[in-house]
Parts: sequence; C-alpha cells; structure tokens
Amino acid sequence: MATNYSAAFLGLDRRLVPLAATLALFVAMVVFGAFSYDAFLAPQVFLNLAIDNAFLFIVAVGMTFVILTGGIDLSVGSVLALTTMSVAALVERAGMSPAFAIPLLLAGGAAFGALQGFLIHRYRLQPFIVTLAGMFVARGLCYLIDTDSIPIRNPFFVALADARIPLGGGTAISSGAAIAVLTVVVAVWIAHSTRFGRTVYAIGGSPKSAALMGLPVGATLVRVYAISGFCAALAGLVMSVYMLSGYSLHAVGLELDAIAAVVIGGTLLTGGVGYVAGTCIGVLILGIIQTLVIFNGTLSSWWTRIVIGVLLFLFCLSQRLIEGRAAAGRSR
Amino acid sequence: MKRPLPTLFWPCATLALLIALNASVNPGFLTLSVRDGHLYGNLIDILNRAAPLALVAAGMTLVIAARGLDISVGAVVAISAATAAVLIGGTLNMDAGAEATSRFPLWFALFAALGAALACGLWNGALVVGAGMQPIIATLILMVAGRGVAQLITSGQILTIYYPPYFYIGNGFLAGVPFAAVLAAVIIAAVHLALKLTPLGLYIRAIGINPLAARIAGVRARPITLALYAFCGLMAGIAGLIVSSNVKSADANNAGQLLELDAILAVTLGGTQLTGGRFSLAGTVLGALIIQTLTSTIYSLGVPPEVNLVFKAALIFAVMLLQSTEFRATVRKLVTRPAD
Repeated sequence: MATNYSAAFLGLDRRLVPLAATLALFVAMVVFGAFSYDAFLAPQVFLNLAIDNAFLFIVAVGMTFVILTGGIDLSVGSVLALTTMSVAALVERAGMSPAFAIPLLLAGGAAFGALQGFLIHRYRLQPFIVTLAGMFVARGLCYLIDTDSIPIRNPFFVALADARIPLGGGTAISSGAAIAVLTVVVAVWIAHSTRFGRTVYAIGGSPKSAALMGLPVGATLVRVYAISGFCAALAGLVMSVYMLSGYSLHAVGLELDAIAAVVIGGTLLTGGVGYVAGTCIGVLILGIIQTLVIFNGTLSSWWTRIVIGVLLFLFCLSQRLIEGRAAAGRSR
Repeated sequence: MKRPLPTLFWPCATLALLIALNASVNPGFLTLSVRDGHLYGNLIDILNRAAPLALVAAGMTLVIAARGLDISVGAVVAISAATAAVLIGGTLNMDAGAEATSRFPLWFALFAALGAALACGLWNGALVVGAGMQPIIATLILMVAGRGVAQLITSGQILTIYYPPYFYIGNGFLAGVPFAAVLAAVIIAAVHLALKLTPLGLYIRAIGINPLAARIAGVRARPITLALYAFCGLMAGIAGLIVSSNVKSADANNAGQLLELDAILAVTLGGTQLTGGRFSLAGTVLGALIIQTLTSTIYSLGVPPEVNLVFKAALIFAVMLLQSTEFRATVRKLVTRPAD
C-alpha cells in the first residue's frame, strides 16, 4: 500500500497516479534530452512535436473515447489513408471544391465509424474483429481509387500547408497542429463537461450498470465509434495537407501508435478510467522518443519501435498492479 | 426440428464454390501434371502457399479456443526469419564455382530461429498468465516491438540467403509433394491426434468455456494456457522458416505482414468461436485454404490483387454475422413471418 500513502502524501487522487507517472516520464525524457544535446530545449523542437504528430494527436483522441468504453478501433489508420486518397481524387481528379469535399469526407468518416459501432452494439460482435474488417475495407477501397500516390496541387491545400501561425520569438505552428490543439480542447470538454462524456465513462466502468441506470448505452457506443471515425477522417485531411498527397500506404500501423499513446497516457484498456490529456502526453512521449533518436544520429530507426514496446510493457504491467491492488482494496 | 448441419459444412462449401469458380474461369485450374517426378498445378501451388498460414492459424486456433488471442504472430514470423537468415548468412564464393556456404551449421540456425520464436510465445504466455494482461494487449506489445527486434537482428537490411540446402524447406519436394505442405500437414495432424487421444483437447475447451470453472474442476489452466501461447509462437517460427526459405531472403519489415489478421480470418472461417470453447483444427486448415484460393482467384480473374482486402473483409463480415445469435434472430424474424 506504499503507493497509496505516497499518492495521498502528494495530495493526488489515486486515479491520477498513472497520469502523474506519464507526465514524470515525459519530463524525465526532456531533461535527459536537454543534458545530452545542445539546442534540445529550443521552443521550436517542442512545437515540431505538435506539427509532426498532429494527425496522431487527432486519431489518439478519438481512440481514447473508444478505449474508455472498453472497445478498440483498429480501422483508424486505414480510414485516415482512405481520406487522403479520396480528398486527392475528389479535388484533383473530379475537380470538386474543397468546400464540398472536406465536409463530405468528415461526414463519411463519422458514418464509417457509426456503422462499425452499430454492428458492435446491435449484433454483439467483438470490436476487435469488426474494426479489423473495417481496416481491410478502408485500405482495400484506397487501392480501388488508385495504387499510386496522387499529388495535391489545389491552391487551398497548398496555402494551408504553407500557413504558419506565429507564436512569437520566431516560433510558429502549422495549420495542422492548430487543428490538433483545437480537437484536444473540444475532446477534453466533451469528456469532462457533457452528459455524453459521463455516459462514456459509465459504460467503460460497467455496461450492465450503465444500462440499468437508464443510460443510452447503444446510442453512446455508436456515437463513440462515429467520433473515432470522424477523428480519423480529420487526421486524414490534416495529413493530406502535411504530405500534399493522397496515398494508400499513408499511416500503415498508425492504429498501433494511437493505442500505444492511449495506454502510455494512463487509460485502462478495460475501460472506464483515463484522460484525454493523458493521451496527449502519450503522443508527446512517442514524439520525443523519435526526436531523441533523431538527435542522437547514430541510433537506428528501429529503436523507436523497441522503446515504444518496452514502454507499453511497463505501463501495462503497472496498470495490472494498480488494478490488482484496487481489487484487493475492494474485497477487504 | 431440422438436424443441424455438420460443423465443417460452411467452410467445405465455400472452398468447393471457390474452386468451382476458378475451374469455370480457367479450365486448366484442376489439372495436375508431373514434371521431374514432382507434382505441379494450381491446386498444388495453393497447398504450398497456404502452408505457413495454416501452421500459424493452427496455433492461433488453440490460443483462441482457450479464450486468448495472439496478434504478434506476424512479428514472430519476421523474428524467426531474421534469426535464421543471420545465422545461415553465407556468401556466394565465386572462386569455388559459385559454391555457397553457411556461417553456422544449418541445424544450429534452425534451432536458434525456432528457439527465438518459442521464447516469443512464452513471453506472450507469461504476460497473459503471469501478469494477467488482456491477450490483445499482451501480444500487442510484441507486435509493436517485434518488428523492431527483427530489424535489429538484420541491422535493418533485407538479408539474402545463399545457402541452397536451406531452400529445401520452402521450395523442396518430398515424394512429389511440396515439402512445406507435407510439413504443415504432418504437424497439424500430430496436434490433432494429440488433442483427440489425450484429454488436452477437452481441457482447452473447458478453459475456453469457463476458465474459472475449469480451474476449480482441476484443470491446470495456467500451465496449459502458457503452453498454448508457446505453441502458437513455435508455429509462427516454422512459418517464418518456410517463408524466408521460399523467397531466399528475410525482410524484417514485410515478412509476415498482416499475417495475424489472415490467421484470425482463417480461424473464424473454420467455425471456431472467437469467444473461446468450440474449435476445429480441420476447419482452420480449410479456412487457410479458402484464403489462399481466394488470393489465387483474384489473380486469375485479373482483378488488382490489392482489392483482395475488400473480399477478405466481406468474408469476415459474413462469417461474423452468421456466428452472431442476435443477427440470426433478426434474420429468422424476417424470414418466418409472424402468424397474424
């Protein structure tokens, strides 16, 4: 029970312990980077984390809601790729105005997610398998549009790609990073200040109790997957601006990074416990691992994956220990 | 009351349908020819190519039957292939008339590769049984890190293997039949017999239906579950040997890519319930053959091979909905009109 005492000593709610651990890890990595490399603490290094990982932020936020209900969404990477592909095909080949294409694709992503949520809820199918099939469908549809990359030259997208929002002191963020920040703010508000957000937590805690309390379990589940699909489509638009191309091999394996960010951010995979803010720190940790590998220069890129795996392991293990202790506390 | 259809009816029917479709499009599909004492033909080709998938899916079947899941098999295939390729290595010695050598003895490389795969399986099992993690999450860790480890082993290169004896595993023939297919058939048949002749199959089913009840009834659930994950890892290791021997190289990034999904699909197609309990090894083998035949069909129909993913997804949805009691209830309501 030492952890509980120390947590109480620090004035922390026990549910905040994983979040605090994540934050401490992030700070430790920054301190390590600052001592090892000159120029690591430059503000632009941190802003680049937001710029280069904008799409991961957005996808991971959507994934947080799904995991909070105890589900999982493996289709996000493919939906992202399908969005980049569709926007490129619609705008460049069909000559559609971005003003139509963007809302259309956002609605499409939400509808794709909602359909998966419906299948999961209505027919009691496993989220893992349904979203796996969704992943195949979306990736396959990408190839149906084109197997090659489609460059985007539309003036609106090019202007968005070049746009930099100055933050003073010679630093700036991209439009994608701004959208990511906005998404996070809205998501925090939804999760903690709306009836829908509280229902999500209740379902994750116990779907049966939530249903008995009269909460709309089915509608909420459908909406949660719709949010994840919407976020994936939004991330797809951000990525098509970032890359200025649509490609069926964009974001392969992104769902794993998103899940890793959510877990490292302290969200329990069994649902019910976790914070959107934690997920953001999770994404920052993944980003800073990459930055450290780049700053080092001699480390090969595969170390990123190994370190992410080790972190996942440590966090899942500590989650199990916390859960075990909580269960022991309840049974007393 | 109608008699229920045999468990393997749907997988058999699907496979027969696919083969019939192929035969109608391509009249030469069913012909087998003998060249140099080896059997050749589309059907033999499918058997050969389905072998790694069938092995991995067989391991996956047992894990799923005991209420588990292993999504790291693709990464384990890459690790096994990388280990074998590094240890065999070998350079083409042009002076000695293009004679290729192996860095370590072949048996040592094979054992090391399988040992690495077995260790991966034990690691997964330890996380699930020892640490009590959810199977998806426990194996997700190795799925994420595994390809990094495989790249570490190969130093990020695609290793080419020059040692001809190693090619036998993926390209050789035994009694006229591809060796990989024979190997897969022998292993799966042995496992099938072991499950039939010992109570092990019953134990696995008991764990899958109710782990707690099984343990109280005296089934040693923990060691058995651990062994199943280890077995699944070993199967992925053998698949890695077959795959790398077949293409004579090890690609840490792409060997076994999406194999975990194909394996789960094969298991589902074969009628094994993803919620554990009921399982069928024979069904899984049929499932693997269906997936491989589907791939061949796509090629022979001239459809871009990438579209294969959409067909696979359609198959998953169909099988999933057929297994769902709620969906069957809905359909029954639609078909049998209410008496009013």
